[in-house]
Formats: sequence, C-alpha cells, structure tokens
Amino acid sequence: MEAISHVVAAGLTGDEQKKANAAIGAGFAYGIAAIGPGIGIGYIVGKSVEAMARQPEAAGMVRTTMFLGIAFTEALALIGFVVFILIGL
Amino acid sequence: MLGLEFPPINEILRWQDLTNSFNKISLIAVAAAIIGSLVFLLAGSKDAAVAPTGIRNLAETSVEFIEDSVIMQTMGKEGLPWTPFLLSLFIFILLCNSTGIVPIIQMPATARIAIPLFLSLLVWIVFIGTGLKHQKIRYFTNLLWPPGVPVALKPLVGLIEFFSTIIVRPLSLTVRLFANMLAGHILLVTFALLSEAMFEAKTHVPLLNIGGILPFFMLVFLTAFEVLVVFLQAYIFTILTAVYIGSSTHAEH
Repeated sequence: MEAISHVVAAGLTGDEQKKANAAIGAGFAYGIAAIGPGIGIGYIVGKSVEAMARQPEAAGMVRTTMFLGIAFTEALALIGFVVFILIGL
Repeated sequence: MLGLEFPPINEILRWQDLTNSFNKISLIAVAAAIIGSLVFLLAGSKDAAVAPTGIRNLAETSVEFIEDSVIMQTMGKEGLPWTPFLLSLFIFILLCNSTGIVPIIQMPATARIAIPLFLSLLVWIVFIGTGLKHQKIRYFTNLLWPPGVPVALKPLVGLIEFFSTIIVRPLSLTVRLFANMLAGHILLVTFALLSEAMFEAKTHVPLLNIGGILPFFMLVFLTAFEVLVVFLQAYIFTILTAVYIGSSTHAEH
C-alpha cells in the first residue's frame, strides 16, 4: 500500500496527495470488507440449500433463518461500504 | 478517454429543497405513507362477506404474508397482535424503497439515512418498551446476563450483551437498510452515466457508440435485481423487528 502511495505521490502537492491517498484507502476499505461476508454468505446459503434438499418440509423455516443469517453477515460488508463513502467520495 | 465524469455524491443524493426544511425525499416519504394508508383503507371499506377482488386481494395477501412468513416464524401465535405494527412498517419501507426503481423519480427515500435511522429508533423504543412491560425492571438484568453465566464472566458478558443489544441493534438496522439502498442507487447511476457517455462519445469509430448498449443492458438487469433488493430489505427489516420484539417478551431460559 505504501508503494502505491509513493507512485501516486509523484508530482502532487499536499492536498492532492491527501485526496489520492483517501481514494486508495477507500478502495481498500470496501474491497477488504467484502471478502469475509462474501465467504460467510456463500457458506450460509450453501448449508441452507443442503438442509432444504435433505428435508424439503422444513424449507420455510430454513429460509427464514437463512435470511436472518445473511442479514447479520452482510452488515459487515455494508459498514465497509459506508466507510468507503465517507472517506472516498 | 471517454470523459466520464462521476458527479459528486451530493448531486446524486441531494434533490433541490422545496422549502427550507422540506425536500423531495420528505415528499416521497409523505406520499408513501398516504398511498399505503389509502390502499388499506380502501380495502377495508369493501364488503368482507364476498370473495375478495382487486385491491382487497392485495391487502389480504400482504397481511397473510406478514402473519405467515414473519410472525409465525419468529414469535409464534402470541405475536399475532403485532401484525398492524409490522405490516405498516413493511409497507412503508417497501414503498419508500421502491421509488428507487420507478422511472423518472428513481431515488429511494431510504437512501438518505434520516428515514432508516428514525425507523430503527422507533423499533428500539418499541422493543425495550415491550421488554419493560413484560418483564418489568428484570428485563435489563435478564438482558445483560443470560442464565447460566459463571459469576467470574459476568462483567465481560454484561458488557458484550449491552453493546450488542442496546447499541449495535439499532445501528445495524439503520446501516443495513440505508447502505443497501444507497449502494443500489449508486450502481444504477454509474451504469446510466456510462451508457450515456458511450452513446454520446464523439469518435471516428462508431463501434464505441454501439458498444454503449452493453452498460445499458447491465442497467436493465440491475434494475430487475433492485426489485429483489427492494422487497428483501423491507422483509429483513420487518423480520428483524419481529425477532427483537419476540426476544424481549420472554426471558431466555
């Protein structure tokens, strides 16, 4: 990350450099925040599909719980997105 | 270079103010409240004895949806008196969200943090109030220390439970709804701008202008995806409210 900011910093004045660093930081903020929830949601949905296939009569209950799990996991990615908005735009 | 200039965030979110304290977002919220109430008042004034048609069908389906797939799944039978509250919450959020995909308006009222924040503070007051009503002052001790916690761990568990229930719950409800709608809105803006810039680009090769149809297809596809998100976010907000209220009516055993 430092290497990138050195490349960007070439020929920029203080304020511009600050903006450039903020833009880079914003990209990393969202990109890294999306990794964990991505894996998590994939895992939740995969397991739910397994459960539904094994016991189709419980599909309704599994689906509700699945949405709850997704909602909680997704919140982490969304906080990353909010940070991206706050420092990037 | 395409010369694609992404507008600053204020330009895509801040509509001009109608008066000093009343902007178009508030107008959408007021309209959503009025339309939602009107639909259900109209449906309620129909004769209940004959088979439901038209608007009453719609109203009955949504009431049944809330009862069957929100309340019965989370609170059980004793949660049924909560139907009016959860139904109005669901309809209001759904209508506020869906302005994001209505052509010409295309601005979800929930993409500004004010409406989600107010709604989740309302939910916060309601679930704490329910807990106090059902468990009296023991609600707070039950909330901080679930049964079976060793004495040595009580300070730590109490701290964690306090943060996760009192502070994180309303915050995550707000951020979930707000950030989802904002992200969808920004995506739509990005692809609309991209296809506009490609259609209008002045080049010697018309291939670029024809290629502008690709982001346009993406825009259409994302709009269809937004239909799903609009519904899902309203559903998730409602079901989490039901879970929170349900958890404060009973102490954990």
